[in-house]
Amino acid sequence: MATAIPKSNLKTAASPSQRGTEESPFVKWLLISVALVFCLIFLLLPLVNVFAQALAKGWAYYWASLTHPDSWSAIKLTLLVSAISVPLNVVFGLAAAWAIAKFTFRGKSFLITLVDLPFSVSPVVAGLMFVILFGAQGFAGPWLSEHNLQIIFAVPGIVLATVFITFPFVARELIPVMQATGTEQEQAALTLGANGWQTFWHVTLPSVKWGLIYGVILCNARAMGEFGAVSVVSGHITGQTDTMPLRVEKLNNEFNAPAAFAVASLLALLALFTLAIKTWLEWRQAREYDRAQKVGPVESREETQ
Amino acid sequence: MSIELKNVTKAFGQVAAVRNVTFSVKEGELMALLGPSGGGKTTVLRMIAGLEMPSEGDVFIRGVRVNDVPVQQRNIGFVFQNYALFKNMNVFKNIAFGLTIKKWQRKAIRDRIEEMLNLFGLEGLEKRYPHQLSGGQRQRVAIARALAPRPSVLLLDEPFGAVDAKIRQELREWLVTLHHDLNMTTIFVTHDQEEALEVANRIVIFSRGLLEQVGTPREVYDTPANEFVARFIGVMNILELVISGGFARCNELEFPAHGQAEGQKLRIGFRPYAVQISSDLAQYRYRAVLRHTFFLGVFLRVELELPSGLLIRARMSKEEYAQQGLEDGKEVSFQIRQYRVLAKESAGLEPETEVSYGQAPILGENI
Repeated sequence: MATAIPKSNLKTAASPSQRGTEESPFVKWLLISVALVFCLIFLLLPLVNVFAQALAKGWAYYWASLTHPDSWSAIKLTLLVSAISVPLNVVFGLAAAWAIAKFTFRGKSFLITLVDLPFSVSPVVAGLMFVILFGAQGFAGPWLSEHNLQIIFAVPGIVLATVFITFPFVARELIPVMQATGTEQEQAALTLGANGWQTFWHVTLPSVKWGLIYGVILCNARAMGEFGAVSVVSGHITGQTDTMPLRVEKLNNEFNAPAAFAVASLLALLALFTLAIKTWLEWRQAREYDRAQKVGPVESREETQ
Repeated sequence: MSIELKNVTKAFGQVAAVRNVTFSVKEGELMALLGPSGGGKTTVLRMIAGLEMPSEGDVFIRGVRVNDVPVQQRNIGFVFQNYALFKNMNVFKNIAFGLTIKKWQRKAIRDRIEEMLNLFGLEGLEKRYPHQLSGGQRQRVAIARALAPRPSVLLLDEPFGAVDAKIRQELREWLVTLHHDLNMTTIFVTHDQEEALEVANRIVIFSRGLLEQVGTPREVYDTPANEFVARFIGVMNILELVISGGFARCNELEFPAHGQAEGQKLRIGFRPYAVQISSDLAQYRYRAVLRHTFFLGVFLRVELELPSGLLIRARMSKEEYAQQGLEDGKEVSFQIRQYRVLAKESAGLEPETEVSYGQAPILGENI
């Protein structure tokens, strides 16, 4: 009897059947369509629109809008601010994540709450906080003006506000990765003679590479795109303390939509560029694993746990 | 003396993980640190490595006190329980790590890795990443990585814990061969008594942070220092006896005891192979019903139920079992050939009979 089952029967029985946990094709199709339509309407269309509007008056006008001295200074300021705040937050994020993931100490949960604080505080409140601290009427105001230091309505204030707002991104990405990795690899490096710095550089950093890259991308995107907090501390001095988002708003208020969208398109391009870099890095890693898999004997794969 | 611990104590907060432990390991020895989990054996290994600092006492490596020597300078090879291979490095770079750190010449590194790959049967795998290796291969990479910089001591934490039973057996034999070839002082931690008996030259047994016994597999098996060791190594029947009328008694079992105070309690232990069974009910003094037979391969373990309900485990060969025509539920007679008094201060019992062991027990058989 057992030999009577034809092979083809088994095959036809197996291919259209679903696993018991799978949804029906209709539900599956519905969910996929909903997700796709949503992405199309809320993500892709606006993105395309940004570029369409930016180029509404042609390439020459687009180029002229970007190279306008005030827009150009906004672009430079934005790059400067993110070039300062992203490295600062990488250093802080690594230190905080390391402390939280690998040590036990008093006040650890307090530190975790503190890291999350910028997420829960409104950016405008964050900006005001710095105005109250460092503004002319603020606590440190008299001392600062005595020493001829200006923080509010100047670049230092914008950097401070941006650092505050982007504070959690790197740390939040790294904490779960570091917790999952544990400390055994570092200990192994120590037993092999590595000192603390070598261990960090060769073992810790590479093992959290993806979390760090992702954190930096998010941190950078937010640093360049931050509006609320920066708006409060910047003072909107055209050509001096306008960042790209502030410049976009200003142009838009002046009913110069193509110029506003031209600057906005740069921010959008930056987002696309960072996504492309991330995808490329992931692809390269996968290819390296693939190559390694192909060399050498493939025996004893069955003993893999 | 390769490694020596003197009165070492390690406390984590209020909890003493290791309490006043003293023992030494000879040059070239293959030593097992054995005990149930939480016994303190891994902490002892990590103190030798320098990954933990003793709260009290001293650790010596080759006669030098190393309490204040950091782990990097102790020249030890350490293999972690889950191997702790560098995930972002391939096999070659994993093994090369210690050599690169110690600034070996490029050529020397290449030659040494070639040598390690050959020794560990890892040829052709040098470009693979840890997640592309099988459990056994990962372990060999971990040991190769630890041995590449030529350490003076090899320390392994539960080396066979993370692989399945069949490979575990192969790896055990392989570790013995490796130790034989390299003749390097090796200490490994295990909770598996069979593994310790089979692989090690000598065994240190821990429980609750205390050192219970140090000895060769033969010594700890045949002459356990106390009840804990007796229970932990192999299978042991343990009876609690009370002295009455010149005999130490436990239900219907009695053992001659001279000069013991009436009502005094003591404990004895005997191995299953020390119980002799006969289907001839007149042959031995005690009677019991054969309640259950466990198949162990060449040997069988049988559980005897005495009329009082007391259970005793015995061991016999398949042939003997068949000759006697035994089966579950059958009534048999038995005697206990040899036993040990486990509480030393109450020694004074005489062996019931002067029968010597017929054949040596086979170690690692779980008798």
